[in-house]
Amino acid sequence: MKKEIANWGNYPVMESDEKKFSFIADIQHSIQNASPFIPRGNGRCYGDASLAPVTINTVKFDKILSFDKVNGIFECESGIILDQVLEVIVPQGWFLPVTPGTKFITIGGAVASDVHGKNHHVDGCFSHHVEEMDILLADGTLVACGPQNNTDLFEATCGGMGLTGVITRVRFRLKKIETSYIRQKQVKAANLEEVLRLFDEYKDYTYSVAWIDCLKKGNGFGRSILILGEHAAISDLTEQQKKDPLRLPKKKQIPFPFNLPSWVLNTFTVKAFNFLYYGKNLKKEINNIVNYEPFFYPLDAILHWNRGYGKKGFIQYQFVVPMESKQGLIEILQRISDKGLGSFLAVLKVFGPQESLIGFPMEGYTLALDIPVRKGLFDILDELDKIVLQYGGRLYMSKDARMKPDVLQAGYPHLPRFRSILKKYDPQGRIRSMQSDRLLLTPHNPA
Amino acid sequence: MPTVLILGASSDMAIAIAKRFAKAGYDIQLAARTASRLQPLQSDLSIRYGIKATLHEFDAEKPLQHPEFFQSLTPKPDTTICVFGYLGNQELATTDWKECERIIAVNYTGAVAILNVVAEYYVSQGKGTIAGISSVAGERGRMSNYFYGSAKAGFTAYLSGLRNRLFHQKVHVLSVQPGFVYTRMTEGMPLPKPLTATPEQVAETVYGGVMKKKNVVYVKWFWRWIMLVIKTIPESMFKKLKL
Repeated sequence: MKKEIANWGNYPVMESDEKKFSFIADIQHSIQNASPFIPRGNGRCYGDASLAPVTINTVKFDKILSFDKVNGIFECESGIILDQVLEVIVPQGWFLPVTPGTKFITIGGAVASDVHGKNHHVDGCFSHHVEEMDILLADGTLVACGPQNNTDLFEATCGGMGLTGVITRVRFRLKKIETSYIRQKQVKAANLEEVLRLFDEYKDYTYSVAWIDCLKKGNGFGRSILILGEHAAISDLTEQQKKDPLRLPKKKQIPFPFNLPSWVLNTFTVKAFNFLYYGKNLKKEINNIVNYEPFFYPLDAILHWNRGYGKKGFIQYQFVVPMESKQGLIEILQRISDKGLGSFLAVLKVFGPQESLIGFPMEGYTLALDIPVRKGLFDILDELDKIVLQYGGRLYMSKDARMKPDVLQAGYPHLPRFRSILKKYDPQGRIRSMQSDRLLLTPHNPA
Repeated sequence: MPTVLILGASSDMAIAIAKRFAKAGYDIQLAARTASRLQPLQSDLSIRYGIKATLHEFDAEKPLQHPEFFQSLTPKPDTTICVFGYLGNQELATTDWKECERIIAVNYTGAVAILNVVAEYYVSQGKGTIAGISSVAGERGRMSNYFYGSAKAGFTAYLSGLRNRLFHQKVHVLSVQPGFVYTRMTEGMPLPKPLTATPEQVAETVYGGVMKKKNVVYVKWFWRWIMLVIKTIPESMFKKLKL
């Protein structure tokens, strides 16, 4: 049955026949007859990556296959969401090796987007912790791959936006923890110069990210709050907390009840928010112990927060520029500030080195901001893209809903090889998404 | 540790019911055709909930094998939940006896055959719980699905009679009457959202019904009243409707 679906940015919307399944056998038949199709998890990428006329939805394909509690190895079907994984592993003293800012993505999605977290500079992307996985190819065959076997398929699947096939099984390594708490440090930075210096000063911290005020001009340009964290040891906890050091946080979600009219978010309200957010930390530095939930997933507490950006949806713009292109970061931030593209959620992070076929991160600075869709926005973003490319950077496909094919081409040097791997495993070009069509990643007129 | 047997364990409803009971600490016996494909569910239940889950080959359409099947279970389940069902193709079944017979065989004959065996065992023990997932479709025959509906009507009447008899033997029998449910069985059907339950809601109702020793439970309370209204329409009027 066809119905309208969209991803987290609520833009764009597409009519799709969404097929759910609990067993591989149920889907093998469907994919042999569906064309074109794209795998889809919980729909938490932002743009059009998991939209197609037929979508193979994995959310019911969510079983845990094995969990080695001694060595921290977890194996599961691809549709399980991180939240469910955490519920099982945290009480046993293990944590996700890499987690993005929401726990409502599937493990399959984490691989397909090759997600990064606040610990990228230390632990790399999610795929660095994957030992093996199974991919259901377009012709219905199931192929295992990993860093040692069928490496071309493995590389093209990590960050490959689902274009190699349906990821069905993933086995990955976990991170050992003593407690479910985080030793958090927040440091205020008066401007961009200072926050970049602080990132360097605190680079030994496992987790680091900065909230940045994109609208402030003058001396306070780029003022930020740097948020750092380490998994807390038992000795860091209070007597009360020590009684149950691996406690799972209580589940509570406040729903965002309706779409806010899009005019609510404007330069004035964002400036006011930024003023309050920056001002709420009265001291230069705050040190405390918090549960992992508010540290990693502050926005998950609000169900449907994407409704805050109105019915027309929003774009999350995320780019990375290499370390030596600090000037590029400054230029783009200036442009954002000039154009008033302020966002409640502008996040700055320093990535560590990474070599991958199609993954997003590279050693350098990454900035992500949410902007409501409005007239003229795409022209402004096209201009920003030019600056990103000029400084040797690229955009994140999981967030993208609008970049031009040449921007992708210029940002991802290994694209020809990626395309040839896709062709090898799906010669008829039957796995396609609205995004892969838009970016000319897949042939429009398959044989 | 109490054990629950789930008959027809590969459906969405059955998976949700298995999870609900596992969460409460029950060991789970999963019975289905080609049970080996339920291995992922087996590992999932034992890892998530720290219980013991086992797989058992069972075919509702082979009633003669049912005594042997039940014989093979160790331990014997404290609670048995009969979840399997087959909606079938109503239109095809009007002319194709095989299809029609299958609807009857799965929804009625097969259910009666296995529950007879289970009931006798529970009577011999003087304890036990049987829950049968029937359907509101069995409460009045309608043109759109009267093969499925009549088979479920038979099953509903069977459960009611069984409850009447086993009450005196201290065995609890629960009838579960779901309305519309979002499952693989109904995928692609345009179901009215406010009236439709999720498999998890069914599971919660079944679990609650077993715990509170209820007789008949509806999934989503208003179905009881909707069906009451549908049952009170005089036949002279009902036959003119296209339901």
